[in-house]
Amino acid sequence: MVVYELTDSEVDAMFGALADATRRDIVDRVLHENASVSRLAERYDMSFAAVQKHVAVLQAAGLVTKSRQGREQIVSGNLVSIHHIQKLLSHFEAVWKQRALQMADVLRDDATTEAPPSPTSSGTRADIPHD
Amino acid sequence: MNVTTHTDPEALTLTTTTELAASLERAWQLVSDPRQLERWWGPPEWPATFVRYEFVPGGRAHYFMQGPDGERMHGMWRILSITEPREVSIEDEFADDQGEPSGDIGVTTALLTFEPIDGGTRLTILSGFASAEQLEEMVKMGMEEGMREAIGQIDALLSED
Repeated sequence: MVVYELTDSEVDAMFGALADATRRDIVDRVLHENASVSRLAERYDMSFAAVQKHVAVLQAAGLVTKSRQGREQIVSGNLVSIHHIQKLLSHFEAVWKQRALQMADVLRDDATTEAPPSPTSSGTRADIPHD
Repeated sequence: MNVTTHTDPEALTLTTTTELAASLERAWQLVSDPRQLERWWGPPEWPATFVRYEFVPGGRAHYFMQGPDGERMHGMWRILSITEPREVSIEDEFADDQGEPSGDIGVTTALLTFEPIDGGTRLTILSGFASAEQLEEMVKMGMEEGMREAIGQIDALLSED
């Protein structure tokens, strides 16, 4: 099981975003149901631009996502799916890390066959240990 | 050996950066020469063989990766652009055994950028996925392969006596 670990700055952004009551309320609403920015703006005693700013802060912290639907900007509380995607991506992270290590192996193996062999030319590869 | 990665779940991209102890020209052969390429493309237990490789813009490649029980998984590339020896952009997707796209799961993209640095070459790989559903499918498939492999190993162990 791969668990997504947040970096310190990601945690800071998340807590910073949630330190505001309006923003907490927005997250709470859009986690239950997607809402357009204009519909959110109707609910709060503030301008459309101010609500949009709050949404931008939440978006930067990865707590909501924004998509366009015609003229409307739809806000969704995609916390779960973002973390889910992060987990899926980590599988491919492992694939590319392995490829990068194998590239280094190819370069090293070729270098040792061209040059006189080093005393310990161990063709080590990260084999998964038994047990 | 230095490998760093960065994932962007909203953009559905993964960036891998590695510093290779080789000149730009030498590092470039890792991707321009199919015999070099197949030494790193597949995982150790699923080595890759490239049976077709047209390393030109608009060219295609066909490869298969062979698992421990002899099973083959086919894939194909479309080479979108090449700027020798700096940059190559490809699309990778599942294929049938003739190297024709199977249309399953969709296309992943990879942009490989080579740049000379002190004492070697920095390679940056930007890979992109089409959708969360595609990612999900690919991971599921990989897990099924892993599972099948584990079962195969158990079978082999049990049949040893």
